[in-house]
Amino acid sequence: MNRITELFEKAADQADGLLNVYFTAGFPQLNDTRLILRALQEGGADLVEIGMPYSDPVADGETIQQSNDQALHNGMSVRLLLEQLEGMRETITLPVLLMGYLNPVLQYGVENFCQKCAEVGVDGLILPDMPMDIYVNEYQAIFKKYGILNIFLVTPQTHEARIRQIDQQSDGFIYTVSSASVTGSKTGVSEDMEAYFDRLNAMNLRNPRLIGFGIKDQSTYEKACRYAQGAIIGSAFIRVLQESQDLDTDIKAFIGSIKANKSTAIGV
Amino acid sequence: MISRGGQGTCHRAKSIPFDMEVVAENVSFHVNEQGYYGPFGGAFIPEMLYPNVEELQQNYLSILADPAFQREFDDLLRNYVGRPTPLYLAQRLSEKYNTNVYLKREDLCHTGAHKINNTIGQILLAKRLGKQRVVAETGAGQHGVATATVCALMGIECIVYMGELDIQRQAPNVARMKMLGAEVRPATCGSKTLKDATNEAMRHWINNPVDTHYIIGSVVGPHPYPDMVARFQSVISAEIKQQLREQTGRENPNYVVACVGGGSNAAGAFYHFLDQPDVQLVAVEAAGQGLRSGHSAATTALGKPGVLHGSRTILMQTEDGQVVEPYSISAGLDYPGIGPIHAYLFESGRGRFLSATDEEAVQAAFALTRTEGIIPALESSHALAILDRLGAQPHEVVVVNLSGRGDKDMATYMKYLD
Ligand SMILES: Cc1ncc(COP(=O)(O)O)c(C=O)c1O
Repeated sequence: MNRITELFEKAADQADGLLNVYFTAGFPQLNDTRLILRALQEGGADLVEIGMPYSDPVADGETIQQSNDQALHNGMSVRLLLEQLEGMRETITLPVLLMGYLNPVLQYGVENFCQKCAEVGVDGLILPDMPMDIYVNEYQAIFKKYGILNIFLVTPQTHEARIRQIDQQSDGFIYTVSSASVTGSKTGVSEDMEAYFDRLNAMNLRNPRLIGFGIKDQSTYEKACRYAQGAIIGSAFIRVLQESQDLDTDIKAFIGSIKANKSTAIGV
Repeated sequence: MISRGGQGTCHRAKSIPFDMEVVAENVSFHVNEQGYYGPFGGAFIPEMLYPNVEELQQNYLSILADPAFQREFDDLLRNYVGRPTPLYLAQRLSEKYNTNVYLKREDLCHTGAHKINNTIGQILLAKRLGKQRVVAETGAGQHGVATATVCALMGIECIVYMGELDIQRQAPNVARMKMLGAEVRPATCGSKTLKDATNEAMRHWINNPVDTHYIIGSVVGPHPYPDMVARFQSVISAEIKQQLREQTGRENPNYVVACVGGGSNAAGAFYHFLDQPDVQLVAVEAAGQGLRSGHSAATTALGKPGVLHGSRTILMQTEDGQVVEPYSISAGLDYPGIGPIHAYLFESGRGRFLSATDEEAVQAAFALTRTEGIIPALESSHALAILDRLGAQPHEVVVVNLSGRGDKDMATYMKYLD
């Protein structure tokens, strides 16, 4: 079974939230990928999302943009990332997603890419600028063939009929964007958002949801977890990596601080 | 002299700006219902932009077809922008190239370039959609000025993103935008030029999805922008047809030549000739320091199919699919992609794609200035620069779309004077 599906099934009867952590491949150093993965696993993250850096990340705010620029400058590429992930399944049991923009995947070749993802043990993809109709008409069969889940986003502006469509086409989980913004917004979790999260809850969707964008610390994480199966931290984690002198220690400390109240609950 | 004589007698046809019924059917170079030109186009946008783009997709055709909208648009184009712009037979230039060169004088539009045809259309559309704010990107600053102008005209708040490098090289336009009341925000990432300003404008739109309209400045971006902008700019070729008929008795020139950054002036100049195979459509890209110099913006020569700024098109990119930072002396052509309509014109062979270097463009600017007394924009100079390569015969008719005037480029031109 796909590791993402398995994780959510296991978590289904537990009250506690799943923590998905995003980091940009090739940042801060070109070859930090495996070290960061391992520290996240040992520190208690439940899923990881590895960003494939892109020159023009329109859905990302300043923090992630800068990490993308730095990673590209360091020499990261899709090809190299997939090489770095070869053999990760000897030690990494966490579900792993790759997040990125469509163009580099198109240039790699969608089928080649999915095949390689399956080979190295990637479980899902998040490609925010791949429209649902293009996915369904052109790529869904390929994703399915290789057992790669495609994760869609919904936002506070997504209307109900479209949420239902997205839910139909989704497997794994739905990425719930907390506010109308690019990544790294400073809004936290406001009352408007709570109404939107309640609305989603009331829809009884097939797929579980993780809330992302603006989740940065224990309190925003816990708040998000009240409305969904878990939360996603991106920019705040990138800032930790940026300032760290000792990645392993700082990553574990950060994850520990986020999950301080929850560390025992998830089925490890 | 046929030149301006023809202009005086040019009466405006009623609603030449768009010609929807005519183009919707049996035409292959226009957008299809899904927003594609052949394999190019579409709407490759993050979900955050979906509602905004969907709102436009669902409404733009009916708004554009509304007679009240067309009346308002026509009226502003005529009495505010100064349309129709002349179609001028440049006699000394024609002698030089031993053919008949007509200049479509978009440089005489209010604000100095064709860009305002589009911003007038989009601001009227934004008002009908109930938007209170406008965001735009700009390269040379012409689109930024044209946007700031219509926002001032309508009393709408305006934010313009501009690459930090372009802010330096197009200072007069920055000053104009500020005087018009727009807020100019620098794009400080990447190449600090048009592509980065476009990214920032899109991010701004993501962050302000409900009350803000994004006025894209060229035939780029997700569907329906390429088609919508092309329709607003199509007034250029509608006028060319009519003016040429009046001046020469024939509607179709042998060649229409236009520079291509994103491709809006070219799309407008080509629009009513797209399905006239006897008209050669010539698109001129910026070769920068040379096609093989590593400092170029000649997209079709150097690019491959991919996705950029919301559409599938041809773009300059690395093997890894990273967008390459382009280079041109002309800020308005300094863009790594082209609109999907041009990608299709290129791929299908309907369009002929040439390029001109910085040096050739500057020489062409001086040549036009000294033979005709017209100082062209650096962008437009690229279109002029290929006239010696065009192969036009003495009896043939060439229309060059003179997309803008050179005031903004004086600092660059002065460097070549001494
Ligand atoms: C005078 C002029 N011509 C041409 C362009 C290029 O844009 P497009 O290719 O959309 O016409 C610009 C862009 O700023 C411009 O200012």
